[in-house]
Amino acid sequence: MASKQTVVDSILTTSPSIPSTTVENAALIDIDEGLLMSSNVVHDLKEFRQNTETVLKRISRDATQVLFNSLWQLPVEQVEGNYLITLPEIKMWLPREKPVPKKKPLTKWQEYAKGKGILNKKKSRMVYDEASGEYKPRWGYKRANDDTKQWLIEVPANADPFEDQFAKRQTAKKERVAKNELHRLRNIARAQKVKVPGVGLTPTENPSKDHLSKALAVAHKSTASIGKFTEKLPKEKPSKFTGKKRKFEPSIGNLMKEKEKQLQMLEINAKKIPTIDVTKATNRALREEERSKTQERRPSKKTPKKLRGKKAALGGEKVRKGGGNKKTRGKRRL
Amino acid sequence: MRPLTQEETNTFFDKLSKYIGENIKLLIDRQDGTYCFRLHKDRVYYMSEEQLKIGSSAAGECLVSIGSCFGKFTKSGKFHLHITALDYLAPYAKHKVWLKSSAEQQFLYGHHIMKSGLGRITESTEQYQGVIVYNMNDLPLGFGVAAKSTLACRNCDPMTIVVFHQADTGQYIREEDTLT
Repeated sequence: MASKQTVVDSILTTSPSIPSTTVENAALIDIDEGLLMSSNVVHDLKEFRQNTETVLKRISRDATQVLFNSLWQLPVEQVEGNYLITLPEIKMWLPREKPVPKKKPLTKWQEYAKGKGILNKKKSRMVYDEASGEYKPRWGYKRANDDTKQWLIEVPANADPFEDQFAKRQTAKKERVAKNELHRLRNIARAQKVKVPGVGLTPTENPSKDHLSKALAVAHKSTASIGKFTEKLPKEKPSKFTGKKRKFEPSIGNLMKEKEKQLQMLEINAKKIPTIDVTKATNRALREEERSKTQERRPSKKTPKKLRGKKAALGGEKVRKGGGNKKTRGKRRL
Repeated sequence: MRPLTQEETNTFFDKLSKYIGENIKLLIDRQDGTYCFRLHKDRVYYMSEEQLKIGSSAAGECLVSIGSCFGKFTKSGKFHLHITALDYLAPYAKHKVWLKSSAEQQFLYGHHIMKSGLGRITESTEQYQGVIVYNMNDLPLGFGVAAKSTLACRNCDPMTIVVFHQADTGQYIREEDTLT
């Protein structure tokens, strides 16, 4: 121990240039032992500008020195001649490596509800069960008012008396579960933008007219040959639920017919184009109006009153004849 | 290769009528045989019946070009005329522009036409009317769109653009690989 001290002393005496381990303003330096990081800030900007290199060197040495000082404060253990320190928790948390997980895509119902402005009403989880007189969960195992656990079911007045009402309930429940599962899978497929073939129709309580015609369209195609040989009823309309196929005319068809069709189209289009130039026509009308106004203001004394009207009318006609519309004038000039 | 649909025909004829007006009829209804428009790889080709019959025996992928290409449909459904249509547009042109010989080269390099390069222009040309561009020897050089009407052309300074360039015969060299 003594020999160690002497060695340290001798080093200190022989080389006084070695700075001490104490650092000024150590409290101003941020240390994060967990990350083995310390950060120091330049306080004197004037000095920093004058001799940047030395200031940078000094503050980085200070920061490093403070970091090592604080590391030696931590409990040190010796394993096979090496000094080990268990680093404490990180103080400065780095930003996360992976992006924030994306929001779950809305299900079809959620999307619909959002569009309609339907809000979710929070219902209590526990419900009073009249049979047992206790509060029980609204759904799931040991739920309240469980209709599958009833020991007696009244046969409805319009129902078949020999029908098993228990079995009917069971199948209805199973169908509902299956339908829900199907919709769940469909929602997943929708979220991942995978095309899923339709499954035809799912059972509904009160089928509408639309539902019925849809069922007919599905039934038509539900044969081994995808409805190729399904006979049609007389006067049966084509279903509106089967998709339209993109159809083009044959490349080598009736060329004469094609030509006539195109000529007809040209004729229709030609009718749509106005034959008069609107701006020109309005300009002319305005000019004529102005002219007639000026004539009214200064009636010439030479012409008698009766003649004046006729002449003016003749003059007006002349203007119109001479002008013509844009098309005719162009032709005349050519 | 297939005929144009009704919609396509409409947009195509609309574009053509900007240059040749009702003269489209003369392209469809020809005395020297039956001619038709066919769509192939988004391009519209004009061909005779014989050409069509020969061409339709080729597989679609193998067919590069048939007849003469009038232009193409863009992905947004608009129609663009190509320089290859010039041979059919020029004889039926409604509105024409003649270039001075000094401005000829500028146009053939793909530039718009300035007032200074304008030799003559058909009267009663309206703004944004499709025009066929000729040189002074009446050789069709290309086509474009009138940026100014004939009246407005008269009193504008020589550096204003009078016709927007759309296609010129220089493209046969510049865009040799893409023209079909």
